[in-house]
Amino acid sequence: MRHRWDDVAPHLVLPAIVLLALPVMGLSNWVVLTVAGLAMGAMLFLMAAGLTLIFGLMDVLNFAHGAFITLGAYVGIGVLGPLAGWTSADSWTLNLAAFGIAVVVAMAVSGAVGYGFERIIIRGVYGAPLRQVLVTVGGLIVAQQLFVVLWGPNAIPLIKPTAFRGSILLGSAAIEKYRLIALALGLIVFVALHLMLNRTRVGLLVRAGVENREMVEALGYRIRRLFIGVFVLGTALAGIGGVTWALYQELVTPQIGGDMTILVFIILIIGGLGSVGGSLVGAMLVGLTANYVGFLAPTVSLGSNILLMVLVLLWRPRGLFPVAKG
Amino acid sequence: MPDALLELRGVETRIGRYHILHGVDFDVRRGRVTMLLGRNGAGKTTTLRTIMGLWRASAGSIEFDGRRIEALGTPDIARLGIAYVPETMGIFSQLTVRENLLLATGRAGFTDERLDRLFALFPALKEKWAVAAGVLSGGQKQMLAIGRAIIEPRRLLVVDEPTKGLAPAVIQLLIDAILRLKESETTILLVEQNFHMAASVGDEVAVMDDGRIVHTGSMADLAKDEALQHRLLGLSLAVHQ
Repeated sequence: MRHRWDDVAPHLVLPAIVLLALPVMGLSNWVVLTVAGLAMGAMLFLMAAGLTLIFGLMDVLNFAHGAFITLGAYVGIGVLGPLAGWTSADSWTLNLAAFGIAVVVAMAVSGAVGYGFERIIIRGVYGAPLRQVLVTVGGLIVAQQLFVVLWGPNAIPLIKPTAFRGSILLGSAAIEKYRLIALALGLIVFVALHLMLNRTRVGLLVRAGVENREMVEALGYRIRRLFIGVFVLGTALAGIGGVTWALYQELVTPQIGGDMTILVFIILIIGGLGSVGGSLVGAMLVGLTANYVGFLAPTVSLGSNILLMVLVLLWRPRGLFPVAKG
Repeated sequence: MPDALLELRGVETRIGRYHILHGVDFDVRRGRVTMLLGRNGAGKTTTLRTIMGLWRASAGSIEFDGRRIEALGTPDIARLGIAYVPETMGIFSQLTVRENLLLATGRAGFTDERLDRLFALFPALKEKWAVAAGVLSGGQKQMLAIGRAIIEPRRLLVVDEPTKGLAPAVIQLLIDAILRLKESETTILLVEQNFHMAASVGDEVAVMDDGRIVHTGSMADLAKDEALQHRLLGLSLAVHQ
């Protein structure tokens, strides 16, 4: 009975927080803040999912992950700028097409740079955690300086496509359209990742590799190739997160991704390192907590995510959905 | 030896500062069950891991069917047709029984014939087909580990202490399964501390001590010679008999 409760309880945390918030803030505020929290969670998930896959399978703590988020954001500028005719048109089709192209190109560029980063930097530090920290933190610093050289130190505005601006009314609650788009994109990526991990042979190998790399090799699979594939996928996801976050902020700075690093690690720790489902729940919890606490007790909102992480770790020291390691 | 499928000659293995194997020589003959016995810490598991390329041999040669394999990576060694069941079983606890087995099949997946054969050996795996492997009992996990090694035809089965920590009834089931594998002339290299199992299934034996082979011969001869058992295996034998 105890075992069953331990399995079920982590799944109840998210709905419990959402339901507990309802009586203390009124329906209209609750709807707005819940959608805002879930949308923020979806964007955070896009940024965190790749990192959890990379850490789970490869045991690589990639502190340079934020650089790939920033790269995605700048690629967004590079793609949406020339497509200004599409983004300024009052047409959902053209706006979505421009956004879709930006997302795909951001994925491709971040993934391609991720491939080079794995081959040149990460390859030499497998199994050496201290060196991983040193080279990836160094990589983040170098990348941020490169962004300054290429795009300058100042913030560059990135305007949302016309149809993405404004709000829709749900009863008396006004919900920003872009938050709904970000939420939809986050859920689409989660479903795609879930299907890839659970319905394909590559996904089966990734899940097996997260648990016991040595045994996967003993079954005849070349896990290094899988490592490269997962690293590319993880950095490509960071690219999507970058372009989505940049459009939400409507400003891109060389630090936009680096600034998210701490939050992304909090999400991974809450969700359980290596768990994609855990990173979704962790991201949603962080997004909702930030919004609810920001409304109810603005003075403590800055520390709310740290407090959330501490509470989760006191209850479950390995996070909500830990992945067993062989 | 002309019918040897696997030959180890002067194999040495170092792990960090530790020199574990000091020149291991023995053969595994085709279609036979070769037992690798020895006290705890004699180097049996290290020998199996070195064969599989999980630890690199620092000297000596390992030949599989006439081909040197000591410099190959583990996936390449496995692809030659060598299946490995580690002491820890290597089960993926978050995957189902089906998914664990699927990983060991080729691109075509399962065939009815192989599944029927597997379920005949281990009926419990059919009952637990869709269950996460992490919730299986110790015996069921061992059946899954061995099942995964034989779900596809392999040329050599390398198994490390399959009976460790298992109940006598489960041990008997594993003995029966290995005897049935023997009938199909599967070549097996088996590390075992349980002398009853070793005597039940083994054709040949190699005994290790302090990183070297100190005896090779027929398992039946060793089973009959208590003095030799005592000299080679010491008190640990009495515990397990």
